[in-house]
Amino acid sequence: MRCEAIVSRCVCMPAANIDTDQIIPARFLRGVDCHGLGEHLFDGLRRRRDGTPDPYFPLNRADARGARILVAGRNFGCGSSREHAVWALMDWGIRAVIAPTFADIFRANALKKGLLPVALAEADWIRLLQSAEASQPVRVDLNAETVHVAGHPAMAFAVDPFARRCLLEGMDELGYLLGHLSAIEAFEQGRP
Amino acid sequence: MSNPRTLLDKIWDAHVVVAEAGCPAVLHIDLHLIHEVTSPQAFAELDRRAMGVRRPDLTLATMDHSTPTAPQGRMHPDSMRQLVRLEANCERHGIELHRSGDPGNGIVHVIAPERRRVRPGMTVVCGDSHTSTHGAFAALAFGIGTSEVAHVLAMQCLLQHKPQSMEVVFQGRPGPAVTAKDLALAMIGQITPQGGTGAVIEYRGECVEALGMEARMTLCNMSIEAGARAGLVAADKVTAAWFHHSGDFRHWRSDPGARFDRIAQVNVDGLAPQVTWGNQPGMVAAVDGRVPQPTDATEARALAYMGLRAGVALRDIAIGHVFIGSCTNARITDLRAAASLLRGRRVAPGVRVLVVPGSQAVKRQAEAEGLDRVFFDAGAQWRQPGCSMCIAMNGDVVPPGEFCVSTSNRNFEGRQGPGARTLLASPLTAAASAIAGRVADPRQFAPVMIEELPHAM
Ligand code: SF4
Repeated sequence: MRCEAIVSRCVCMPAANIDTDQIIPARFLRGVDCHGLGEHLFDGLRRRRDGTPDPYFPLNRADARGARILVAGRNFGCGSSREHAVWALMDWGIRAVIAPTFADIFRANALKKGLLPVALAEADWIRLLQSAEASQPVRVDLNAETVHVAGHPAMAFAVDPFARRCLLEGMDELGYLLGHLSAIEAFEQGRP
Repeated sequence: MSNPRTLLDKIWDAHVVVAEAGCPAVLHIDLHLIHEVTSPQAFAELDRRAMGVRRPDLTLATMDHSTPTAPQGRMHPDSMRQLVRLEANCERHGIELHRSGDPGNGIVHVIAPERRRVRPGMTVVCGDSHTSTHGAFAALAFGIGTSEVAHVLAMQCLLQHKPQSMEVVFQGRPGPAVTAKDLALAMIGQITPQGGTGAVIEYRGECVEALGMEARMTLCNMSIEAGARAGLVAADKVTAAWFHHSGDFRHWRSDPGARFDRIAQVNVDGLAPQVTWGNQPGMVAAVDGRVPQPTDATEARALAYMGLRAGVALRDIAIGHVFIGSCTNARITDLRAAASLLRGRRVAPGVRVLVVPGSQAVKRQAEAEGLDRVFFDAGAQWRQPGCSMCIAMNGDVVPPGEFCVSTSNRNFEGRQGPGARTLLASPLTAAASAIAGRVADPRQFAPVMIEELPHAM
């Protein structure tokens, strides 16, 4: 999966600690494939008590359509290991999440699937959030590891170099592991 | 003499197959646990690549997340399809599977230790974040996503960067009726839900050493709620006793003088039983305390979701439900603790109490001890094992807006059902609350004498 620069308006959900149960509630984990989860993304938050969409929820606003970047608060993706959270975000159309920090398992899952977890320094994140809330387009460039928004100097982020190579060069992790098959066999030989 | 190493260093070093510069290590996995919810897409990936399962002998499967716990419980047809798929995948690849209702069935993190499949020095993974439970056995155990499940199925290895090591030292002597769950909640309250991010926590301190294996599992289980990849407790004579083992596990502990990347101290001196009041496990207070003033927008939002106001005494919160279960608190010692308060007492009118043992083995043991009668006579429901109301996938749900005192691990919005309001607590506090019909302090009931409470040193 090749990952080019992403240019898009943003959906902003700056609350901290958005957990994977909020991203995709457990009642939608009954599938045996990875598809179609986008319509249930943030299901508990997107709907009011009576089940109708909440027009004020960021994802439901008219200008959210087509947005490919989500700006979220610190510790995004905490909680369960469900990769469904990544599938749901991507199925809805999100390609990058920008937050001050990410939970470990979510970040690993996201990188595996080509959803970019972009961790910005807190001051940059605040600046970006202001621009994003003003509907300015944001450009996320994995190659240069920078985020751009008009009127500000480029903001730097870092992605694990190996994961970055996988994303930019389309390298396959399982393929990489297979390349080490003989070492794995030798290792297992030496174990009780 | 080599440098002193942490327990994490030792387990890590013993499992690195290849470490190329600029790449994550290829880490060998000793035990891979799977369940119905996070495995089907991983098996599908193997099929796509025409690959088999490399080490079915190191793989153990169970059905737990969506299985019914009521006698006539009906399943959602999609959940049924997941079970059928798991069964077919296990059959095809020769993987040991404990089907719903089988004598070896139960919650994945309860059955693996019970079957003595987790041992000191091992690496253990599962497509489930509470895999951290198994760190109680001085094993490096962590949750992975479905892509990684496919990697382990195919290669029995994972690509991993070495996490940081973090020492969490519990200081002081907790008060009465304080359990490992209370220690864990207090810890998350103090170090925050992201205090452990990027790290494997090793729990240390006298009150940790005094915990039995089951209590250590409860503590390690909650590591993920502090953001940590995993939790660890050094192997000692308590560990050896679990394996009826006179041998020496002393290798599986941090060397004296070993340096940790991060250190945190958690003060538990005189600690009271803990209850959460918000929708993050770190939003926690003493059971005899009050809902605090929100300090930021996140806490204010949490209070709005919970329908609580700052200053309300926790003991004034009327509850409709109590859930005693989950991989955190559904082992035999947990059920004994709850039963010690419910024995000879009645659940408050109008409160629904579900007691869901962690496994069939726990259920059998509890029934042999007559605990099922205790729960039944008190007015609680005694159920079949499973995840149940911890994740609310099987129809066991808390209705919107209602409060549930729960021994599970997450009070996230909607975790126990849309709009459900979860108050996390220990089995003792849950049982006391069941009797009172509101959040209640277990210390107000007859003296509790239970093995494995940390203060019983
Ligand atoms: S009991 Fe809850 S936390 Fe534990 S494995 Fe089941 S769903 Fe996950």
